Amino acid sequence: MAHAAPLVVHAEPWINFDVGLLADRFWANTINGLAYGSVYALIALGYTLVYGVLQLINFAHSEIFVIGVFATYLTFISLGFEPGAIPNLPIAAIILDLILAGLVAMTVSGLAAVGLERVAYRPLRRRNAPRLAFLITAIGASFAIQQVIRIWRGSNPEGTIRLLPPQPVFTIFGAPITNLQIVIILASLAMFVVADQFVNRSRLGRGIRAVAQDPATATLMGVNRERVIMITFAVGGILAGVAALFYLMTIPQGAVYNGGFLLGIKAFTAAVLGGIGNLRGALLGGLILGVVENYGQSLFGGDWRDVVAFVLLVLILMFRPTGILGESLARSRA
Amino acid sequence: MAGVSHWWNSKSRPAQWGYMVPVVIFLLALPVLNPPIITTEPYTDFPIALFNAAVFALIAIGLNVVIGQAGLLDLGYVGFFAIGAYTAALLSSPDSELGVRYPWLVIVPIAMVVTMISGVILGTPTLRLRGDYLAIVTLGFGEIVRLLADNVDPLRGNRGFQNIARPGGDFPDGTPIFSQTDALGFYWLAVMIIVIVLLFMGNLERSRVGRAWIAVREDEDAAELSGVPTYRFKIWAFAIGAAVGGLSGTLFAAQVGYVNNQRFDITTSTLYLAAVVLGGQGNKVGVILGAFLVSYIPDRFQFEPTYRFLIFGVALIVLMIFRPQGLLGMRQHLLANGRQAYQKLFGAGTAVAPSGLTASSKARGDLSETVPDDHAGTSPRGGGE
Repeated sequence: MAHAAPLVVHAEPWINFDVGLLADRFWANTINGLAYGSVYALIALGYTLVYGVLQLINFAHSEIFVIGVFATYLTFISLGFEPGAIPNLPIAAIILDLILAGLVAMTVSGLAAVGLERVAYRPLRRRNAPRLAFLITAIGASFAIQQVIRIWRGSNPEGTIRLLPPQPVFTIFGAPITNLQIVIILASLAMFVVADQFVNRSRLGRGIRAVAQDPATATLMGVNRERVIMITFAVGGILAGVAALFYLMTIPQGAVYNGGFLLGIKAFTAAVLGGIGNLRGALLGGLILGVVENYGQSLFGGDWRDVVAFVLLVLILMFRPTGILGESLARSRA
Repeated sequence: MAGVSHWWNSKSRPAQWGYMVPVVIFLLALPVLNPPIITTEPYTDFPIALFNAAVFALIAIGLNVVIGQAGLLDLGYVGFFAIGAYTAALLSSPDSELGVRYPWLVIVPIAMVVTMISGVILGTPTLRLRGDYLAIVTLGFGEIVRLLADNVDPLRGNRGFQNIARPGGDFPDGTPIFSQTDALGFYWLAVMIIVIVLLFMGNLERSRVGRAWIAVREDEDAAELSGVPTYRFKIWAFAIGAAVGGLSGTLFAAQVGYVNNQRFDITTSTLYLAAVVLGGQGNKVGVILGAFLVSYIPDRFQFEPTYRFLIFGVALIVLMIFRPQGLLGMRQHLLANGRQAYQKLFGAGTAVAPSGLTASSKARGDLSETVPDDHAGTSPRGGGE
C-alpha cells in the first residue's frame, strides 16, 4: 500500500481521509458491501411492507430480527454445535443444518411478528388511535422485547458458532470472494424474487397491494383487511428470519439482545433510500447502503461506519424523502 | 379529579401563584424533612434521588414542548441533554483541550444557546418531513451525537471529563452549598429552575407561539391553510425544547462533576419518552409527575435496572391502548383573552372540558362533545382563538 501513502490525509489521529485505502479496497468493499446490503435489504422489506399497508414505521421489526438471530443460534446449539469449535462435517450436512436453522428462524420470526401485531397494534387500530400512538407503541414494544431477551439471555453476546468458515473461492479484480458471500448474496436475491413475485403476482399479494392503495375500497371489494395485515407482518417476519440466519453466518458473535437496533435503523435507512413502500426500492437501497457504508469505513476509519449510515439517512430525507425509486407499494406494477 | 381541576381553573392567575408558593416550599423542604415512607433511604441518598427526579422533570418539561405541545415525536432528545453536558465539560473541565475554566453561571447560557442552535440545525432539514420520518431522523441524530462522543478524540470517549464547574457559595457553617456528595443545594437549584422554566413555558403556551403549536399538533394542514407558518413554529418548538434539554444537561454535569459517553444512549431517550407519555403529553403537571415516577420508583423500590426498562417499555404499550392521554390528560384551555371573556360571561371555570374528555375524543382532537352542558350552544372555545 506504499503507493497510496501520499493520498492519505491525516487531519486528526481519530479520523482519516484515506483515499488510497478506498481505491485499494474498492472491489473487496463492493463485494463485502453487497453481502451486508443483502441482509439490510431483507430486513428493509419488512419495514417497507408494513409501511406500505399501515403507514406505520414498525420500530419493533428490528427486535423481530433479533428474535430470529436467537432462534438461529439456539437451533445451532440444539443441533450439537458448540461455541468456538470448528465443525468437521461433510458439506451436505452443513447445508442441511443451515436450511434447518433458517426454517426455524423464519417460523419463529414470522410468528413473533404476527404476535406483535396482535398484542400491540391491533387494539390500537380497533380504537382508531392517532398515528403518534402507533409509533409510541412500536417503540415500547421494541424496548420491551429487547429487555425480555436481555433478562433471558443476559447482556453479553452469545458464543460464536461458525458452520461455514469463509474461504475465498475466486477473485474479481484482485478482490477475493468467499463462499459465504456468494451464498448470502445469491440466497438473498432468491428470497427477494420470491417475495417480489408473491406481492406482485399472487392472489394474497394482490390483497396486500389493494389494502395499501385504498383500505376502504379494498374492504368493499371483499378483501379481508385484518387478514392482509396479518399476512404482511408474517411475510416481513419470515424475511427477517432469513436475514437473521445470514447475519449470524457473517457475524457469528452477533447474537446479543441489542444487536437489532443498529441493523434496524440501517435497514430502515435502506427502505427510505430506495423509496419506502417499494419492494424493489428496498433491495436497491439495501445494496447501496451496504456498499457506501463499506466505502465510508475505508475512507474515514472503522469507528465511522455507523456515522456514515446515519448521515446518509439524514441526507436522503433532506434531499429526496421519497427515495430513489419513489414510494408506495400500491403503485408498484400489477 | 375533575372537581379539583375545575376549582383550580376558576382561580385568577395571581391566586394560582399564591397557592403554588406553599407547594414549592414543601417541595424544597422535602429532602430536609426526609419523611419516612416517601424517603428512598437506605437504598439511595434521598436528596440525590430527588435531584435526579428534578433533572428528569426538567427534561420532561423540555421534551413536552416538542411532543406534547407541537406534536413532534423526538426520539433523539438525549442528544440535546448530551450537548448541554458536554458544553459544560468542555468549557470548565481541566481535561478539556479548550483550556478555559468558566464558572457555571457563564456556562449555562452558552450551553443553552449551543443546544438551541443544534436544535435549529437538526430541525431545519428534518421538520419538513412527515411525522414518522421525523422520529427516525431524530433517533439517528441522537445516535450521531453519541457516536461523536465515542469517536472524536477531544471529547475523550469513555475517559470523560473530571471536575466540571459547579455553582459557588457556602452554607453559614462553611460547607459548600453545591457539592458532589450532598445534593441538597443542587436539588433546591433544580426546583427553582423548574419553577422559572414553568413560568416561561406557561406564558409561551398562552402566547401566539403556544396557540400555533396546538394548531400544528391538532391538524398541521388545517393550521397551514389558516395562515399559521407551521414550519417556523415547529423549529421554534425544537429550539426551545433543545435549550431546556441543554439546561438540564449542564445541571446534571455540574452535580455529577463528571461527563463521559456512557449515559446518552437510545435507552435513555426512550425513558424520557416514557416519562412524557406516562404523565400526559401536553400537560406540564402531568409530565412532571411522569418524570418523577420514572425516576423515583426505581430508586424507592430498588428495582433491578433491567426490569425498570422492561416495565417502562410495557407501560408504553399498555398506556397507548388503554389511556393514550397519560395519567393526567391534556386539558383544553381557553387561552389569553378568551379566559377573561369566559370568566366575565360565566363567572367561573376556564376548562373547556372539566370531565367528559374521553381518551379517543381527546386523541383525535375531537372536542365537539366536551363543552360543559350548562353552556351548550355558547361554545366558549370560539373566544379563545
